Amino acid sequence: MKFPRPKQPFHIVIHACLIAGSIFMLFPFIWMVSTSFKSEDEILKTGNTIVLMPDLVRPSILNNDADRARIQAREKSITSYAQAVASGTVSGKTEKPFYMWDNYREAGAAQPFYRYLLNTLLVSISITAGSLIFASLAAYAFAFFNFPFKDKLFFLMLGTMMLPQQALLIPDYIILSRIGWINTYMALIVPWLASAYSIFFLRQFFLQLPKDLFDAAVIDGCTRLQFYYKIVLPLSKPPMVTLGIFSFLASWNSFVWPLIVTNDTGLRVIQVGLSYFSNEAGTRWGPLMAASTMTILPLVVMYFMAQRQFVESQAMTGMKE
Amino acid sequence: MNKRSDWSAYWYFVPVFVIMFCFQVAPIFYSLAISFYRWDLIGSPEWVGVENFSRLFDDPMFYKSLWNTLYYAMVTVPLSIGAALSVALLLNNPISGIGIYRTIYFIPVITSINAVAIVWNFIYHPDYGLLNKLLVIMSIPPQKWLQDPFWAMPCIILMSVWKGLGYNVIIFLAGLQNIPKHLYEAARIDGATRLQQFRHITWPLLSPTTFFVFVMSVIGSFQVFSQVYMMTPRGGPLKSTMVIVYYLYQKAFEKFEFGYALAIAFVLFIMIFGVTLFNKLYLEKKVHYS
Repeated sequence: MKFPRPKQPFHIVIHACLIAGSIFMLFPFIWMVSTSFKSEDEILKTGNTIVLMPDLVRPSILNNDADRARIQAREKSITSYAQAVASGTVSGKTEKPFYMWDNYREAGAAQPFYRYLLNTLLVSISITAGSLIFASLAAYAFAFFNFPFKDKLFFLMLGTMMLPQQALLIPDYIILSRIGWINTYMALIVPWLASAYSIFFLRQFFLQLPKDLFDAAVIDGCTRLQFYYKIVLPLSKPPMVTLGIFSFLASWNSFVWPLIVTNDTGLRVIQVGLSYFSNEAGTRWGPLMAASTMTILPLVVMYFMAQRQFVESQAMTGMKE
Repeated sequence: MNKRSDWSAYWYFVPVFVIMFCFQVAPIFYSLAISFYRWDLIGSPEWVGVENFSRLFDDPMFYKSLWNTLYYAMVTVPLSIGAALSVALLLNNPISGIGIYRTIYFIPVITSINAVAIVWNFIYHPDYGLLNKLLVIMSIPPQKWLQDPFWAMPCIILMSVWKGLGYNVIIFLAGLQNIPKHLYEAARIDGATRLQQFRHITWPLLSPTTFFVFVMSVIGSFQVFSQVYMMTPRGGPLKSTMVIVYYLYQKAFEKFEFGYALAIAFVLFIMIFGVTLFNKLYLEKKVHYS
């Protein structure tokens, strides 16, 4: 079948609109990464100049005499400036040459972001793995067995999805403090291991598996648990992966919960660390943008790796977390 | 299907039940109880009856936060639905590079609201921000943005629309692709214009999707918190961005008035429930289900 030749002018208009929109969507990220490589001088340049490409040619990699002379002059001026500060005639920060990764180094020195990244990774992976196991067990029971109060139980579970998070925040905090879990990994992980959304999502998939499979397996002497991990789990890779990405994203980005249940720096997750850093860094935009980049980058990389599956599953379910 | 009905299936629910009961079901009843006490978590709770609620209805800051939340919802919801629908309609054409566009529009959705809030803080910065630089280039007077009581909320709204756009685009695209193509062919044969096709085919047949997006957006916008917390600390200039959840957070975790905060949570819950019920009962009548 031959398609009619597309109406070119109309398609050019569409592309123009979409490209304009794309610029709007992407520009904050471009601006963020670009700023994270700029020196304070470059960032605080007022006026109407918009410098997208930071000056990445730093003194350290320059070799000709003119540049060396410039650096020496600058260092001399720094020394005299430092003396002036020391003698009390001038106050303020000293000027020093800026290197490409300085903002990242400064952010890393102010807050242990690598520790935060590890914490976040630990929490997100635990939640993802745990909730997948628990949800698939429950969904399996809902899909394959008959048991008393099955329907009532299912609706009760759906009901918990309608409760607002904010209403749970305070009593959960009180309960956690009663059992002594405030400032523990348990507080960050355990309450998120049961998700009605995940159970609902997996049940819908399990219901599509042929029931004859189950009957045949049982006749052949397969126990219910064996059927679950030998047949159901291998058959449900796509929805499990989708759900895994959902819950990993949600726990990586979760902020209010870890903000409330932990205040120990050693347990801090990346989102909370970022918010504290943004309070203490004030208007040090270079390090702030470096920290934001560090927070966003792992997810964007993951998104590009799992892109196809992720977008398609989103369209398939059409539901928000 | 296994016809036997017995209790042994409950073993599969044990982990989920324990966690859900402890952290989702029990807390709801617990918090309903606490909202009748005055409690700072350290001393012993003191029974005050409905005082928390009656105080709430005399609290000007509560009304202010209520109004700010409504303002946020009433602007954000139509704006984000309109923008997402437009992008989805553009993407629903046989053009090249759909996958790339879809990826680009979706990136803000996957990123954390805190990180992008910091970036937008910088964009809105009065002296060094991108926005004011652009305005100066176009010879428009620069503004104070997040520090200006008038502009603070619109700034947060713009950022929120940007953040959530891609999600709704994906949902709308799925809805658009469910509309049978032959309807458009028939309409074209009858000489219907693009606008007429949209008015009489796309809009009515897309209405279940639009309804879903609308309901979820309303719920989400009543619960807005993170971007307000990150972009306008302490409720913004003249409390112009003090929204309900931020007020609740402040009362509970800064002032430790847990009973009062829970009273706010319940009023919020009832409001969301009421609005959702209204949407379901009245608005859904206008939805066209095939």
